Amino acid sequence: MFVRGLKRKCFDGEEDIEGTLAGIKAIPSYNLQRQSLLDMSLVKLQLCHMLVEPNLCRSVLIANTVRQIQEEMTQDGTWQMINTQNTGQASLDRLVSTDILCRSSREQAEGKHVPGYSTFNKDFESDQAQDSSETMSTASSEQVPRNLQSNAWEMENPQENKGNFQKSLDQIFETLENKSPNSVEELFSEVDNSYYDLDTMLTGMMSGTKMGHCDGLETFSSPTTATSNSNCKSDINELDHIVEILVES
Amino acid sequence: FPGAGGGNDIQWCFSQVKGAVDDDVAEADIISTVEFNHSGELLATGDKGGRVVIFQQEQENKTQSHSRGEYNVYSTFQSHEPEFDYLKSLEIEEKINKIRWLPQKNAAQFLLSTNDKTIKLWKISERDKRPEGYNLKEEDGRYRDPTTVTTLRVPVFRPMDLMVEASPRRIFANAHTYHINSISINSDYETYLSADDLRINLWHLEITDRSFNIVDIKPANMEELTEVITAAEFHPNSCNTFVYSSSKGTIRLCDMRASALCDRHSKLFEEPEDPSNRSFFSEIISSISDVKFSHSGRYMMTRDYLSVKIWDLNMENRPVETYQVHEYLRSKLCSLYENDCIFDKFECCWNGSDRQVLIVMTGSYNNFFRMFDRNTKRDITLEASRENNKPRTVLKPRKVCASGKRKKDEISVDSLDFNKKILHTAWHPKENIIAVATTNNLYIFQDKMN
Repeated sequence: MFVRGLKRKCFDGEEDIEGTLAGIKAIPSYNLQRQSLLDMSLVKLQLCHMLVEPNLCRSVLIANTVRQIQEEMTQDGTWQMINTQNTGQASLDRLVSTDILCRSSREQAEGKHVPGYSTFNKDFESDQAQDSSETMSTASSEQVPRNLQSNAWEMENPQENKGNFQKSLDQIFETLENKSPNSVEELFSEVDNSYYDLDTMLTGMMSGTKMGHCDGLETFSSPTTATSNSNCKSDINELDHIVEILVES
Repeated sequence: FPGAGGGNDIQWCFSQVKGAVDDDVAEADIISTVEFNHSGELLATGDKGGRVVIFQQEQENKTQSHSRGEYNVYSTFQSHEPEFDYLKSLEIEEKINKIRWLPQKNAAQFLLSTNDKTIKLWKISERDKRPEGYNLKEEDGRYRDPTTVTTLRVPVFRPMDLMVEASPRRIFANAHTYHINSISINSDYETYLSADDLRINLWHLEITDRSFNIVDIKPANMEELTEVITAAEFHPNSCNTFVYSSSKGTIRLCDMRASALCDRHSKLFEEPEDPSNRSFFSEIISSISDVKFSHSGRYMMTRDYLSVKIWDLNMENRPVETYQVHEYLRSKLCSLYENDCIFDKFECCWNGSDRQVLIVMTGSYNNFFRMFDRNTKRDITLEASRENNKPRTVLKPRKVCASGKRKKDEISVDSLDFNKKILHTAWHPKENIIAVATTNNLYIFQDKMN
């Protein structure tokens, strides 16, 4: 069914995940599914490092989806819980601007330390995944520094000039911020470093084909399984699940 | 439709396929628009590489009564080139988003073609004679030595091999900040509209340095942007009326006589949401990708991600008919969101102007396309594939197995190829001939003539 033939564990209610998780059937909780959808949407919105102006309709629809999820999370109180949990987060500016995303990855490529997003909501099942993700991101940044660096440089010029669209996008998120203070910050708090790596890798390889970056990210996800050996099986499940979702976007 | 009985059912047969055979698709060859001209004699395609290819139907061979004329290449030209917007540091794609033909007024043909930013009026003319016998020039164009000219003669026109020339007659540029998604020629044949994500402009075909903005939905604060324009079309008979659709599944009908800026619609068509089907993807799948008036102008058809809806212009609160194109995808929306297929923009079209028959057609995945007969309420799924490429072989109906046990000849949802999408289809204005574009091939199907 899919471009790459991988099965998805998503709202669709499909069962097994192939590969290391063969045989394990798990139906994710609604919260986790919703969180995955939110993360996926954010990654999609971040993929604006294109040479061609991105599709405004698509971006608006994704942004609306993000807003919808945030509203629902605010209503059922899960948003509040994140609010109380997270302190000392990196500033909002860092999170929203895609220019900064590139800068972060460049810094990473140069070997500078980029503070990760270490806190997360304990009520979310992605807890353990978060820890593993950080390990994953450091491991992979070491593994693929050359890729990141070249990609970052490639992207440098388009990124220096923010088009109208970038501004609009920032403003779309500013709206979310205005609705509930620190909401965007919290939105992005679920995003860990691995997103940045993902982002540059995806954009660097992107030449209009989705196949391309999925293939590239195969190597990205393999260090994951190596480093998380020490963690319990459920961590791997969650982690791979999240990585697979990221990979597919 | 085959197997369904009834003398009026159309039996579709493969006629021709145009384009490269290999599976490795060159990006520039991806077909981005298909359009018959008003007589149906010409069929134009636009591609991602900015080229327009026009096919012409052969004159019917009187002895071969069992098939209509074939379509052969008539003209190919580069309509748009890639550009670079230095201010935004972004490329402007040369991909042809839409082609619209003007009705023929003289020997030449005219069409409008547009990319994301610029609309061009092209004149396609034939040359089958040339003057020969100049006094001062040789036949190859070199000038003769005047001292060798001893007699005087009048040049005469002599026949030559047919040459079809395309020349840009007007370039309508710099009027769109956002990406143009539609162009539509007015029934006055003097004006046309062009629509981008946030604005619609009205042009006069003769005037390129000015256009009138007739719709503007850009919010003062871009932070507040939640809805964009997805398609627009002029009413076929009423030259002051047009409609535009949005990403929230609404259609607005506007009357240009009401005010200069048509910000307030005359009618708003919107179907209330079905609460039982509500999900995070509800809005995305309600986004309308195409809107087309019926030939009479009494109805209009809209295409959203999963369905085709027919609206009566007199009834705003719900469509008169809804046809499910691929309802089996409803349970796969998350995956389709992930791989971006949920943002695919399918077009739809009405059958030609035969009033007895009322069929609508639209594309789907796996190179399937669907037709819905409004009279009989029957529908059919067909496939555009080189496997069925014997002319006059009736196409076999296809069926997708949504769940449960898959019958023989059915295809399961998980086996569908989502890379093979049919986004663009066109129906001959008079005959039962259809053009269906797969990624890089153009298929022509005809009904079986007895």
